[in-house]
Amino acid sequence: MVISWVWTGMVAISLFYGLLTGQGGNLSGGISRGAQEGITLAISLAGSLCLWSGVGKVMEKIGLTALLGRLLKPVLYKVFPSCKTDSILQGYLSGNICANFLGLGNAATPMGIAAAKRLASHRKDSVASNELCRLIVLNTASIQCIPATVAAVRSSLGAASPFDILPAVWVSSLCSAGLGLLCAKVLGKIWD
Amino acid sequence: MGLISSYLVPILLFATAAWALGKKEDPYDLLLQGGREGLQLLWTLVPTLVMMLIAVSMLRVSGVTAWLGELLSPVFRVFGIPKETALLVLIRPISGSAALSVGTELMATYGVDSTVGRTVAVMLGSTETTFYTVSVYFGAAGISKTRFTLPAALFADFVGFLTASITARLFFT
Repeated sequence: MVISWVWTGMVAISLFYGLLTGQGGNLSGGISRGAQEGITLAISLAGSLCLWSGVGKVMEKIGLTALLGRLLKPVLYKVFPSCKTDSILQGYLSGNICANFLGLGNAATPMGIAAAKRLASHRKDSVASNELCRLIVLNTASIQCIPATVAAVRSSLGAASPFDILPAVWVSSLCSAGLGLLCAKVLGKIWD
Repeated sequence: MGLISSYLVPILLFATAAWALGKKEDPYDLLLQGGREGLQLLWTLVPTLVMMLIAVSMLRVSGVTAWLGELLSPVFRVFGIPKETALLVLIRPISGSAALSVGTELMATYGVDSTVGRTVAVMLGSTETTFYTVSVYFGAAGISKTRFTLPAALFADFVGFLTASITARLFFT
């Protein structure tokens, strides 16, 4: 429903601004071009999406997620202390983080939601605990090893080397997740 | 770093397939299975991309995008974020497909290997659809008091936009 408001808002603002400035005559042309670009974008994404979903399936099957989970254990215990006593929660959490890292969005979300439910069941009221807040902050700051969609768009637009943004993406998402968690830690102490 | 990013993909393809063979799995069949799922997902995404690109295109041809950039440019200049990315920064936390549409347009307009184009790509790769994620998780967990989650998550997005602008300049000059 939110998206309906956003979309209608975008159309309304364009129409009124176009009327005000007299540039509205270009709108119908822009609409047909936009529709065409939508299909072009979908087609240019198709190959990469097909490939990376396939690779994701292989990574899942060979147990890469579980292996990463073992490497991640120390960090996990630091951010989510409840894991030490709740091994089921630990499984969900590490599954969620590793699937996100490998770009397996389809696997990451159900796992993350299971972890959120488990964390919520640790207390009786419907108030988010500090750890639940941290889980969600972590999920809103995408830490991804291979941002396949963006790379696909880049290559469709003729980038010399579509994956050359990788180091920048890694640094940027680590900073965002790290500082987000730090912010959550500070706020968790003062917010009731 | 350049060497890592150019060899990562081919090595990953080889390593995962060889590993699967070693485990007596059938990697080619798995690739096909996953590929089919990926295309099915894309099929459901096509109408969203079309509708969003229509709205984004309307914003651009009517001049709203440029006006928004000018309006926000004093704020953006303070943080060193390119003003051309204003619409993307505003829409990224709200809708993933809208952000992808805006980002694609920006990369096409300013050049995919330009500083603006790279900043856009890094922004898209290192942030998430915050409002959507927050509502899905809290909805599923039955939480009504979300406390500081949204401010902290939006702060993380802001840091992502900031570092995307910095790294896109630093790593490519």
